Amino acid sequence: MKMLSTLQTPRSLSRFSLLLPSAVTTTTSSHFSSNSLPHASLSDQSTAVPPQSQILSIRHSLLSRQVTAVDLAQSYLTRLRLTEPQLHSFLHIPDDSAVLAEARELDRRIDGGEEVGPLAGVFVAVKDNICTADMPSTAGSRILQGYRPPFDATAVKRVKELGGIIVGKTNLDEFGMGSTTEGSAFQVTSNPWDVSRVPGGSSGGSAAAVSARQCVVSLGSDTGGSVRQPASFCGVVGLKPTYGRVSRFGLMAYASSLDAIGCFGSSVADAGILLNAIAGHDKFDATSSKQDVPNFLPHFVSESSLGSKPLKGLRVGLIRETIDDGVDSGVISAIREAALHFEELGCSVNEVSLPSFSLGLPAYYILASSESSSNLSRYDGIRYGNQVFADELDSLYGNSRAQGFGSEVKMRILMGTYALSAGYYDAYYKRAQQVRTIIRNSFKEALNQNDILISPAAPSAAYKIGAKKNDPLAMYAGDIMTVNVNLAGLPALVLPCGFVDDGPAGLPVGLQMIGAAFDEGELLRVGHIFEQTLNKFRFVPPIVADSIA
Amino acid sequence: MASTIFRTFKVHLFPLYPPSLLKITNGVLFFTTTQQSQTQQHHQNPQKQTKKVSASASATSTQSKKLDKIPKDYEPIIGIETHVQLSTLTKAFCSCPYNYGSHPNTTICPICMGLPGALPVLNSKVIDFAVKLGLALNCRLAFNSKFDRKQYFYPDLPKGYQISQFDVPIASGGYLDVDIPVEFGGGHKRFGITRVHMEEDAGKLMHTEIGNYSQVDLNRAGVPLLEIVSEPDMRNGIEAAEYAAELQRLVRYLGVSNGNMQEGSLRCDVNVSVRPIGQSKFGTKVEVKNLNSFASMGRAIDFEISRQVQLYSQGQDDQIVQETRLWDEGTQRTITMRKKEGLADYRYFPEPDLPAVIISQEYVDNIQNSLPELPEIKRRRYEKMGLSMQDVLFLTNDKNVAEFFDATVAKGADAKLVANWIMSDIAAFMKNEKLSINEIKLAPEELSQLIASIKGGIISGKIGKEILFELLSKGGTVKGLIEEKDLVQIVDPLEIQKFVDKVIAENPKQLEQYRGGKTKLQGYFAGQVMKLSKGKANPGLLNKILLEKLNSKS
Repeated sequence: MKMLSTLQTPRSLSRFSLLLPSAVTTTTSSHFSSNSLPHASLSDQSTAVPPQSQILSIRHSLLSRQVTAVDLAQSYLTRLRLTEPQLHSFLHIPDDSAVLAEARELDRRIDGGEEVGPLAGVFVAVKDNICTADMPSTAGSRILQGYRPPFDATAVKRVKELGGIIVGKTNLDEFGMGSTTEGSAFQVTSNPWDVSRVPGGSSGGSAAAVSARQCVVSLGSDTGGSVRQPASFCGVVGLKPTYGRVSRFGLMAYASSLDAIGCFGSSVADAGILLNAIAGHDKFDATSSKQDVPNFLPHFVSESSLGSKPLKGLRVGLIRETIDDGVDSGVISAIREAALHFEELGCSVNEVSLPSFSLGLPAYYILASSESSSNLSRYDGIRYGNQVFADELDSLYGNSRAQGFGSEVKMRILMGTYALSAGYYDAYYKRAQQVRTIIRNSFKEALNQNDILISPAAPSAAYKIGAKKNDPLAMYAGDIMTVNVNLAGLPALVLPCGFVDDGPAGLPVGLQMIGAAFDEGELLRVGHIFEQTLNKFRFVPPIVADSIA
Repeated sequence: MASTIFRTFKVHLFPLYPPSLLKITNGVLFFTTTQQSQTQQHHQNPQKQTKKVSASASATSTQSKKLDKIPKDYEPIIGIETHVQLSTLTKAFCSCPYNYGSHPNTTICPICMGLPGALPVLNSKVIDFAVKLGLALNCRLAFNSKFDRKQYFYPDLPKGYQISQFDVPIASGGYLDVDIPVEFGGGHKRFGITRVHMEEDAGKLMHTEIGNYSQVDLNRAGVPLLEIVSEPDMRNGIEAAEYAAELQRLVRYLGVSNGNMQEGSLRCDVNVSVRPIGQSKFGTKVEVKNLNSFASMGRAIDFEISRQVQLYSQGQDDQIVQETRLWDEGTQRTITMRKKEGLADYRYFPEPDLPAVIISQEYVDNIQNSLPELPEIKRRRYEKMGLSMQDVLFLTNDKNVAEFFDATVAKGADAKLVANWIMSDIAAFMKNEKLSINEIKLAPEELSQLIASIKGGIISGKIGKEILFELLSKGGTVKGLIEEKDLVQIVDPLEIQKFVDKVIAENPKQLEQYRGGKTKLQGYFAGQVMKLSKGKANPGLLNKILLEKLNSKS
């Protein structure tokens, strides 16, 4: 475990709110008393160094030979094994030997003075709806149990080409349909901040894995908030790129016009570096953009080099409708504090109204369900996946799908099929598309007057496992903050900005920053400065401290 | 990879496609001028033109008989949906090749197999071809169109939807001009084209003969198609078959498809209804499938018309229901395949994996300018050259034949003579040797030379034919062959007179008979002289001199 002390930021393991010192002290001290943490002390938190890029520090340690890739791999594998029984982030973890062999090969190349890629030795977890040729890819669905794709998704291929080591496939709501990861056909993932709570979803496994440092970064997918909401729940950075920025080739489609592969990291820089690796045009995805991908690295300057007002002149719009009724007061105050922080950094913060905001949710559920009803037609039991034998074709289809799909998936297929049916198309699908255009335009207008828009990433912090399982409408309502961004195809960055006082160590709250299309660079620059200057809080969950202990 | 993923699935009842009906029957064509194999065989030489007409007409007598049976008080309405498989090098949305007859599941990839995570990327050639055909069919083009998903479940449809075009087809509102062959009454017809749209083909189901399961071959899945929907403008089987034949000609001229019906590269589904004359409302339409040749198409339609008229005239028109019927070549009947209960809901919606199809005027202009001379324009031009419609139809049927004709005429040869040569000896040779016009050794300039040599009296027509076969099979030049074989016609009267004298001297008996009044023997003498001259004597001179000699009393 010596490794970790060199790589990990100083372990300021919980929140520390300067505004509520007494409350915090109570919470944190009770937490610390139950877990003896030799390296942690309360004093760390007030003087804590902001989160640093794990990817850059790994690169530095490896190339300077302070550490070997094998040592590094072993430390991650050890923590993964240690935490996984509590978290269940992964659906598939390859043999240690395979991972260690990759690490050994990397060491050999570094020792031999060979060039290694920018992700060399970086442990990357991949959401299980993203195809990997050498591991099963199930999308969390019974219908694809044991399915192994014959190809790597383009994003995975690029990660591998740049030296990343795929550490496993993470859990998700079946086909990405859900907001808690309880919708997985195989297991429920826990939130590293409180194992009795959901990690969010649908990329809950990828978010939890990064939060618990089971990997360095991870890939998720975001159709209506499936990267951003779990990032918020798990206290990590989640980046949903512009639609078309990252190839969808190899991402098992949920709603093709909304789907985006996104990145999780424990720092803005890591999410940005991962995006740099996977972004760009792909000839296998006709909807991938040909726009150049700038190098984001120059944005990730050290805190010390920032002036006193590093974001002077930046116009920040706080979306009024997102801090309204129905949003937890703790979340609202965390976001208002974040707004104050922006002002401290020199920004002008104004509330902006997006009147069409509330239209997003129904439009999203119609469009996403419609597209999913079509995208999931291929799971018919004929060519691959689970086949339930029958004497007759229709029964083969019916039984294979009845037994292969979970209830949430079936519900969305039914809704989508209905919405696309003759006679209903105009009232539902077409109307939803019109709403989509309105939303896109209103974002465009708001982004003409503001450089970035901010909002909570979710109306609440992580809730208890089972709390919304039988109330789909309540769960759908939780997507209100994020779905509009997918409808508009815009990039958004979620980073932890504060806590609500709940759970054993407080629960993180995520701030969503929305930017103009293909302007991820600006989001990353602003997000990085916000993160590096937010000295009040650290977002390392207790389970990491437990595993270190 | 395929072998690990594919598997057979057992299906007891496959009500949609009885195996026996899926076998490809090689329909032989008898009644139209539109198929090469048929047209070639009827042209032995230019002098026997009439033979072709009678051959065709006799073959169609059954057709006309059937037509005659249709009471005059009913009007048949026929519309045709044609699927044309495009001859692009790769499939519509992936880089797999498609070769008809390949071993099952050997030209497939994750994309055309519809594996999870695979995405379609449009082969731009598909748009090129669609625009070409759209222009050739005089259509309006959609400068901003899109793809849609047509959704239904079937084992040959790997994604559970077909990528097609729904409400904004790439081309619409055009027409196709057809010249009905003389033997079917002739005349020029214009049939409306409702729309042309792009889509992908499905795979094929292979039904085992004994087993009760089926297997899927996805080689064909994802192959680009153009669907051409006609207006309901045809009134009988001949018109329908000629429309389809013209469409075949067109796609071959354009090079967008091989148009081969037997391989399924050109598939026609026809909608047939009848209504009493004077009624404005259409009758219930019946779809007829499994038409593997123009001949079966014509017969199937005429059968279907008779069937419906009969039901009408017996007051049983309520038994004409919306259904799909299959043409059964064996019994020469249409039989019910499936009834359509209400309209199928394909739940079309815009394909989100593909961007909109946006084309510019400049792009369209470039394609317009690159179009070859189309059959209709060619026919009008040949007509103006003074060729008969029969010649015109023959020559324009095959683009390569037309080009050969044009090239020969361009060298100065008389159009009618060129047509005669091509339609007789050259066509016969190609048929016997099973060669296309591009494969014969004869070059157009040599044919022109040959015609000029005969016309100029350098060689006789008979020798011309001999040379032609040399040229066809071995190549070479007319001049070279004439010199090499010393075939120049003898036009020196003195030399011919020597032959004549010799023949007369050697045949005293025949001479006596001739002079005794049996003047028919002139032919005999002429033959002998020609033989003696090794066929080189100028026939005109020969006859003139021979007559003088035979009739002189010396």
